[in-house]
Parts: sequence; C-alpha cells; structure tokens
Amino acid sequence: METTKEIVINTEPFVVNFGPAHPSTHGVFRMRMTLDGEVIVDMEPVFGYLHRGIEKLAEERTYTQVIPLTDRLDYLASMSNNLAYCLAVEKLAGIPVPERADYIRVIIAELQRIASHLCAVGFFLNDCGAFMTPVLYMLRERERILDLFDMVCGQRLTYNYMRVGGVSQDVPDEFIPAVAKFIGEMPGWLDEYERLLKENEILLARAKGVGILPKELAINIGASGPVLRASGVQWDVRKADPYSIYDRFEFDVPVGTAGDCYDRYRVRVEEMRQSLRILRQAIKDLPGGGEVRSEVPHLIRPPVGEAYGHLEGPRGELGFYLVSDGSIAPYRFHVRAPTFINLTALADMMRGWKIADAIIVFGSIDICMGEVDR
Amino acid sequence: MAMQMLPPDWPGNFWAHWAIFAVAVLVFVLLMVIVFIWFERRAMAVMQARLGPNRAGPFGLLQSVADALKILIKEDIIPARSDKLVHWLAPVVAFVPALLIFAVIPFRGGAILADLNIGILYIVAISSVTTVGIFMAGWSSNNKYSTLGAMRQVASVVSYEIPVVLSLVGVILLAGSLSMQQIVAAQDIPFILLQPLGFLLFFTGALAEINRAPFDLTEADSELVAGYMTEYSGMKFGLFFLAEYAEALAISAIVTTIFLGGWRGPLLPDWLWFLVKVFIVFFVIVWIRTTVPRLRIDQLMALAWKFLFPLALLNLLITAIEILVWPAVSLWVFVPINIAIAIVLVVLWSRFFKLGWGKVEV
Repeated sequence: METTKEIVINTEPFVVNFGPAHPSTHGVFRMRMTLDGEVIVDMEPVFGYLHRGIEKLAEERTYTQVIPLTDRLDYLASMSNNLAYCLAVEKLAGIPVPERADYIRVIIAELQRIASHLCAVGFFLNDCGAFMTPVLYMLRERERILDLFDMVCGQRLTYNYMRVGGVSQDVPDEFIPAVAKFIGEMPGWLDEYERLLKENEILLARAKGVGILPKELAINIGASGPVLRASGVQWDVRKADPYSIYDRFEFDVPVGTAGDCYDRYRVRVEEMRQSLRILRQAIKDLPGGGEVRSEVPHLIRPPVGEAYGHLEGPRGELGFYLVSDGSIAPYRFHVRAPTFINLTALADMMRGWKIADAIIVFGSIDICMGEVDR
Repeated sequence: MAMQMLPPDWPGNFWAHWAIFAVAVLVFVLLMVIVFIWFERRAMAVMQARLGPNRAGPFGLLQSVADALKILIKEDIIPARSDKLVHWLAPVVAFVPALLIFAVIPFRGGAILADLNIGILYIVAISSVTTVGIFMAGWSSNNKYSTLGAMRQVASVVSYEIPVVLSLVGVILLAGSLSMQQIVAAQDIPFILLQPLGFLLFFTGALAEINRAPFDLTEADSELVAGYMTEYSGMKFGLFFLAEYAEALAISAIVTTIFLGGWRGPLLPDWLWFLVKVFIVFFVIVWIRTTVPRLRIDQLMALAWKFLFPLALLNLLITAIEILVWPAVSLWVFVPINIAIAIVLVVLWSRFFKLGWGKVEV
C-alpha cells in the first residue's frame, strides 16, 4: 500500500500597486492590492493624488465665485454640481427661482445625467475588455449632449452655467428643438447598445454575480445613486426629497435585485430611459419667456446659519453643506461626494475575486477622481 | 533527393533556392505585418465610428512605417534589477517561432519553403515556443504586471494547446497526410465544410494562442497595463509587436491552408486567392476583437477544458467513424451531416457547462 502524501505548496501573498497611473483607475486612484496569485486577499484604497483643496479655496471666494470651483469636482457632471451648490445657497439665503429657470435646470440636469451615465456604462464595458467599441459609441452620443451644453453656455466640460437664483442666461431659441430631436433619437441609440452587449454571454459571465454589494452593507456605508439602487434599495433624492420641481414629473426609479456589477450597469441604462421621460415632460411644460434669474445682489450675504442642499447626481447623492457667518464668502464649505462614500465599499466587494474582477467592480462604481479627492 | 524536391520554375541550386525563398518569406512577413497593422487599425476605426490613421501616406498606409521608425530611435530602457540577458533574449524567442511557421505555409502551388511531411506537427511544436519567450519577458522584467501576464500565458497555454491539436487531427484523418501541400491538395471540398466543428475549435484555440480578444489576458490593457511587455521599450517592444502580428498572420495563413483550401480557388491566380483568404480570416479576428469583452483567466481555462477539449475529442471520434465506416461514399455527403452535428454539439454543450468558478473565500 502506498501512502498518499499531501503536498502543500506554500504560496506567498504579494502586494501590487494598481495606480495611481494605471489605464483603468479612472484617474489617479491607487489600490494597494494584496494578491494570492490572481486572487485578491485584501485591498486598501489610497486617495489624495488629485487633492486641490477646493473646500478651502471656496471659503476664500464669494458665493458666485465658488460656482466655477464646483465645475472642477465631478468634471463628467459639472452641471449637476453647479445645480447642487446653487440649491444650497438658495436654501441658505432664501432666494426664489423663476419657474422657467427651474425647468431649464431640470432639462440640463437630466441631459447631464444621460451624458454621465453614457460615460459610466461605456467605460465599464471597456473595463470588461470590450476593446473601445462601446465607449466610442457612447461618447458619440455624449458628444451631442456636449453640443447642446455648448449651445446654452459656450462650454463643453466646465460649464459654470447655473447661478444662484436661476441660470446665467436664457437658452437660445434653437436649443429646445435640438433637445427634442435628441430625445427622439436617443432611445434608438440605447436600443442599439442593448442589442450589442446586454445579452452577451461573456459579459454575463464576467459581470453577473460579481462584486456583490449586499443591501445592508450598502445602506450602512451610506452608498447612494445607482450603486445603492442596484442593491435593491429604492432611494432617489428626486423622489425622497424632491428638490427644484421634480415633484411635477412622472418617472420610475429603477432598482436592481442582486447588487452585482451587471445590475449596476442595468440600473444606469434604465435611468437613462427615465431621464428621457423626464426630459419629454419638461420640454412640453416649459413656460415660454419670462425671467430666468431672480434679482440677486452681486455680493450675496446670506444670514448667519447653515444649509445643506443636495440632489440626485448621476453618481449618487451630491450634497453641499454651507455655513454662513453673514459675510460675502462661505464660512465653511463641505462637499458630500457620492463616489467617495461609495468607494468605501470597494474592498468588501473585491475581496476573494480575481484581478480582472477587481477592475470591473471598480468600473461599475463609476468614480470621478475630481470629486473623490476634491 | 533535395534537388528533385525543387519546383521546376525556381532558379539556382539547392542553397540558392533556400536563400532566395527564405529572404522572400521574411520580406513577405514584414510587409504583411505592416499592412496588417494598417488594416486592423482602419477596420477597427470603421467599426468604432472613427477615422483611424489617415495622415501618413495615402489612406494612412505609411502609418506603420512611421511607427516603426519612431520605435527604432526610441531609448531602450532596461529596468533595474532585471535579468538582463533573459530580458534581451525574450523578444527574439517570441519572434523567431512566428517567423519559422512560414517555412511550411504553401503560398501557391509549389511555393513552399520546406514541404515537410510533418508540416502540421511542426507548426504545433514551433508555435508553442512563443510562450517561452513571453514567459521569459514576464519573468525577467522584474515587474508584477509582467509576471502576472506571463503566469496567465503559461496557465492558458496548457489549457488550449490540447484542444487545438486535437481539432487538427480530424483534418489529418481526412487528408491522410501531415504535409501542408498534401492537405491543400486533398481539399476538393474546403475542410471548413467537412470539419465545421474542428474549424470552430481550432479558431477559438488559435485566438487564445495569439492572445487575441476575447482571450487577450496576457496583455489585458485594462487590467495589467500591457502584461508581459509592460517594461519593454524601443525595438524590443517593436519585436514583440511584430511577433504578435506575425503570429496573427501565421494563424490566418494556417486557417487558410488547413480549412479554407489554401491557394486553391477558381478564376483568380492562386497567390491572390491565398492573400484574399488570409485577409478574410484576419478580418474576422479583428471583428471579434472589436465586438466581445474579455474572459477571465479561470473562465478561459474552464472553456478550454470543459468545452473545447471534450468537443475536440468527439469531433475526432465522429470523423474517424465516418472515414472508417463509409470510405467509398463521396465526401459531399458528410458536409450537411457534419454541419448539423457541429451545431447540435455546440448548442448542447454550451447548456451543460458553466464558465468559471467565481469567488474564492479568503
């Protein structure tokens, strides 16, 4: 009788630094991964490579001068940042907004959500290894939204369009027909993307069941946006605490069930459809003519106090917390950056998966380093 | 006698024949690589709603030449504490086998450098050597991404080599020879019709062999930066790049020769048929690259062992039975039968198995 001897191969975990300069860290994020072969034993996120001190800078500027700074937070959704900040200041100083400006804000914000989700979904699929094709298709449509923004404010990335008490200028006459044309064509494009990859066997194998974020954990870490909703939590600031005029529109909040990468991808695609729904209603109801900006002094001096303005940004609940000491500049300026908080779940989602999965889990959170590091 | 093996229309004695043909093959490979790079970039650009290279020369045809010049004059960086000899040797080891494959490719009737009677076996043996080069590159670079890429390559080569070889055996049974010339001569019906399953298995395995999407794990740019060639620059990187496309060309030529009837075809001259078929195969490779996402390493191994391997065995069994039991029947009878069998098997088997193992408890 031969005795079977158990052979034990001692393997040593090793540390790999993913980033800050890595093709798929979406900026300058760094992950210190402890790997056992291909399997991730532990992951430690390292932040701060893009820290510009925006929160401190904002405390040295007047309330209006801060708006361009908010552009530089989440540069893929600058309009949402503008809007969130303006909502906070309006809350702080009690400034009303004309109705037409409200509608324009909603139109712009929903366009921005579509543009941002196009980027998110495209780069997520690119991370899955679909070599550039989906992302280039989606950037093609994002380009059209940027053209629309170019029309209203002359900028394509950092818009500086929203103002406290409205928007900086009325939209040109050709803007609304252009948006209507875009809304008419976008569902067709979305269907095209779905045909290309939604049921793709490899994508299902790669993304389904991978990087699961359980419902309880998602709530406990304070996740928001598509990351939270993919885990099955029906929570959307537009519904939960309707800001601006969102209570006037009819739309659904898509939620996932499993909380895996595939669900996060699906939720984003469905949200684009819902945004188109809101856009359709907003364009129909848009009041013609009238002011787009209420009378606001050049130097806003809000009363002493504090305010928290938040909205449902493309990446989650984006909030601005302002404290006023009665002067022309905010005493304290704090950003609740959704992706920064969503990132805290990253290590739990990655542990036990392989490197290739880590990349798509990271991609499915859809971060923007400008916002994470501020 | 070696002299008698010479095709009648080629000049010179034994050694002149070898010299002329070897240089011709080398020039052919290098030229085709340049054209292939241009072709891939333009084809991908069309599929991805962009323009692609269009500045250097007409239709950007000289872009690859410009890139080659740039690569030649770049600084050659050798990472600190790397294994310098291995680091230097790796690109050569990776490139030479890709070139050697062309020795047994019949470019037209009689135009073959060495009509070995073990042609297919030679290809299978030689093409695996590239893996050694890639592993040398990964190991010597003193870089974790490189090592991971190299480890992936070695892990996957073990998985897909067997189904690739097994799927070729059906062809050998049909042709009754291992010689590439004989295989082309035997293809009155292109073997893609007689061996549809074998073709699919071989093509899938070949994509893994040349690290093309969806099996480009070794250099997965969104995961491992550039995999095993992360630390290479200058002409050494150029050699890897060259090797990659030379392999793509080799696989296209092999698929053309073994499954698509080689240089045979009506109307057009035979060398043109060969080129046309090579480009069609390469176009399919590019097409796949732009279409599908990448598999994970464990999924690739699961695919190779659970899907390709059993199907390759079944394919071999079916082919052997067909040849043994009905030797006198015209081969055309087998075309619909084999295509039906291939479809049924692929559909059934894809229901049976599940890709990958998923999460590991840590």
